[in-house]
Amino acid sequence: MTTLAHNNVEHHHGAGDHVHVDYPERPIEYQTQDGALKILGFWVFLATDLILFACLFATFIVLRTHTDGGPTGKELFDVPIFTAETLILLTSSFTGGLATFEMHRGHRNRVIGWLIVTALLGLAFVGLEVNEFVHMALEGATMQRSAFLSAFFTLVGTHGCHVSLGILWMTGIIIQLFQRGITPITARKVYIVNMYWHFLDVVWVFLFTIVYLMGVM
Amino acid sequence: MNTVPHWGIFITEPMILGSDVLIVLTSVAIVFVLTKFKKWGWLWREWLTTVDHKKIGIMYLIAALLMLFRGGVDAELMRTQLALPNLSFLDAEHYDEIFTTHGIIMILFMAMPFIFALFNIVVPLQIGARDVAFPYLNAISFWLFFFGALLMNISFVIGGSPDAGWTSYPPLTELGFNPGPGENYYLLALQISGIGSMATGINFLVTILKMRAPGMTLWRMPLFTWSVLSSCVMILFAFPALTVALALLLLDRTLGAHFFTMLHGGNPMMFINLFWIWGHPEVYIVILPAFGVLSEVISTFSRKATFGYGSMVFALVAISIVGFLTWVHHFFTMGAGADVNLFFAIATMVVGIPTGVKVFNWLFTMYRGRIRMTLPMMWAVAFIPCFAIGGATGVMLAVAPADYQYHNSYFLVAHFHQALIGGAVLSLVAGMYYWWPKMFGFMLDERLGQWGFWFFNIGFYVCFMPQYALGLMGMTRRIYTYPAGLGWTVPNFISTIGAYMMGIGFLFIVWQILYSIKHGKRDVTGDPWDGRTLEWSLPSPAPHYNFATIPTIQGRDAWWMAKQGELDKKDFLPDKDDIKPIHMPKNSGRPFILSVSFFIIGLGIVFGVIPFEVIGGLGVAFCMFRRSFEYDTDYYVPVDEVIHTESALGRLQG
Repeated sequence: MTTLAHNNVEHHHGAGDHVHVDYPERPIEYQTQDGALKILGFWVFLATDLILFACLFATFIVLRTHTDGGPTGKELFDVPIFTAETLILLTSSFTGGLATFEMHRGHRNRVIGWLIVTALLGLAFVGLEVNEFVHMALEGATMQRSAFLSAFFTLVGTHGCHVSLGILWMTGIIIQLFQRGITPITARKVYIVNMYWHFLDVVWVFLFTIVYLMGVM
Repeated sequence: MNTVPHWGIFITEPMILGSDVLIVLTSVAIVFVLTKFKKWGWLWREWLTTVDHKKIGIMYLIAALLMLFRGGVDAELMRTQLALPNLSFLDAEHYDEIFTTHGIIMILFMAMPFIFALFNIVVPLQIGARDVAFPYLNAISFWLFFFGALLMNISFVIGGSPDAGWTSYPPLTELGFNPGPGENYYLLALQISGIGSMATGINFLVTILKMRAPGMTLWRMPLFTWSVLSSCVMILFAFPALTVALALLLLDRTLGAHFFTMLHGGNPMMFINLFWIWGHPEVYIVILPAFGVLSEVISTFSRKATFGYGSMVFALVAISIVGFLTWVHHFFTMGAGADVNLFFAIATMVVGIPTGVKVFNWLFTMYRGRIRMTLPMMWAVAFIPCFAIGGATGVMLAVAPADYQYHNSYFLVAHFHQALIGGAVLSLVAGMYYWWPKMFGFMLDERLGQWGFWFFNIGFYVCFMPQYALGLMGMTRRIYTYPAGLGWTVPNFISTIGAYMMGIGFLFIVWQILYSIKHGKRDVTGDPWDGRTLEWSLPSPAPHYNFATIPTIQGRDAWWMAKQGELDKKDFLPDKDDIKPIHMPKNSGRPFILSVSFFIIGLGIVFGVIPFEVIGGLGVAFCMFRRSFEYDTDYYVPVDEVIHTESALGRLQG
């Protein structure tokens, strides 16, 4: 924690929170030292999360042919469904980016609007995925059937859990934006949840390619 | 799973019954003392809710010493069982449990908290920061470690300990071969404390990169801080692999998945690879900070700057990279093929090069230095020959064809104990002695410490040198007894004597600490060792905000330069007019409650009790949402309070 200088600018926003600002010249999410540290810390966290996914991908690639005579990816994956999932998630990443863009222009209601759109698209994505999982399970393609399916459900499910957590997290931030408006603190939260969301988008691109496209080939 | 606990499991065995009685008596004693002296509020306010890195470091240290005791008792039990052939002091089942918990506890619940203790106590003071980057997260890290360790430790008395070795290889650890809660305890305890370790890695990486005092460039950073930086990078890249390995094995055991099973296409080798992709870097995660301690201790007590600072940094970074390319050497015999074994054999030997650079640099630092043989220096000097032998036998093991002879023998057991005790433990004890006055404000008694030193270090060689011979004579690890007439009796008996000597050495250290609390010399200078780095410019113990004003750093070992008159010593003392309100984080009880919730989830999964999983899960979710909506997280220490504290310490200028 640094000692704050006396000539600090005091921001006066929205519902009237006083936030001490360390670096008034920076983008709003970086204006407090705490915010700058948290954003860097979150980048580092994403690096660890990336390695976690890398290990799950490695496991999936080792086990993807180990179907034990059970259903294969080619039999199970539904091209229109996973294409729709991909388009929805990519679009949600774009709308999340629009929320950050509006945050820098100081439009609270537009930020909230775009975040709601993003979260709803996320919900649609999770809904399609749950539907896909249930259909597979009803056809007997459960996690217990083969090593391939264990790896499939775990890898795709871990991503789905991340997205679901992201929706809950985003909801919390939308409420805080209603309560407090755009301050350096809420701006940092919007920024970080969007980092997380874009990260999940990037992971999905690899899931789309390695699990689904290579699966139906 | 039919592993629901019943009361019978508490009283089936005399040894478990004994442990139950001890646990109950200890708990009653703690509750009694806290209540009698009205210390509950103090415990909650000063310790359980603290976010102060110095207090968190002290709690890590106490936990590490307690776990050293627990792991040490395991070791003494094993050595007693092996002292003579055909003993039945322990049966096979208990022996399996004990070597498993010994390994897990010593690596994950002794060595890890010990290095985290030093991270916490030293790094912010050494770089001129008032706390770590994320103090609240730091408290979460500690309490997750604490409750992970608790989960591991209650396993012996509630339901049974894991018994498949600390490496926990499937298919032996799959449900079919290993029913019961023991293995689940292992998976959950490591997972919960592992989350904490990863958070610590993030926290200290950001702290070191972003919170250094003005003027402290990377090339002016003390070598201990450099070693922490390298270790944190390794934590971040290694721990996710452990997380995945544990999670997938847990899915196999609880949901019937087939990652590592023998049937339905599972592949047990995948676990072994994932485990060691974490496991080998883990050894370096522990040893790099130990190297950092040695650089500080040897330089201080030789009154010389560390020889070859740049090459020391290079060596730390090189080890942290090459350390990721050696994991297959743990299973050369599993048939990966000659080419793969060759790559990993050579990579393993390559690690010896930067390590050798460091050892020679320490020797050259001592060369022509004015050496003072204080306790920390004795442990540091003892490290060098011990670690050199451990390293040399490591290179022997790295020769893949020869490893077919050594693999899983007592030669290996002796090697890794020499690398981890001779490498990590000796230097961590040196670090504990070195920074003890900084933590507590008093010195540890030298005479009792000498007894501890000689018992422990002579005991070490008596214990482990015979084990190299035993390995070459064909004794494999993890056997609980052996027949007479193989020529193993005498070396085993000598080894057991050495283990007892190490135990006596540990007891001397405990006695030394207890004795010195009352009789130890008080450190009123803040700089009892005539130190070189920034932490010695502060009083012992440092005030809770560390630095009243942040000094500007104008060189490497700036505090030493100031004492030599090359820099102005007054730069390190606060000036009355420069003091401003200090921004500090508020204490919080939530990290504790969050970790209790994780503990409840853990218990729920261990025994398959769904209500526990739900209650714990709600607790975690509640804590995280409350934190997200919390805006009142910090406060300002008023100028008057800082001035009052600093003038009472006699440090105020102007």
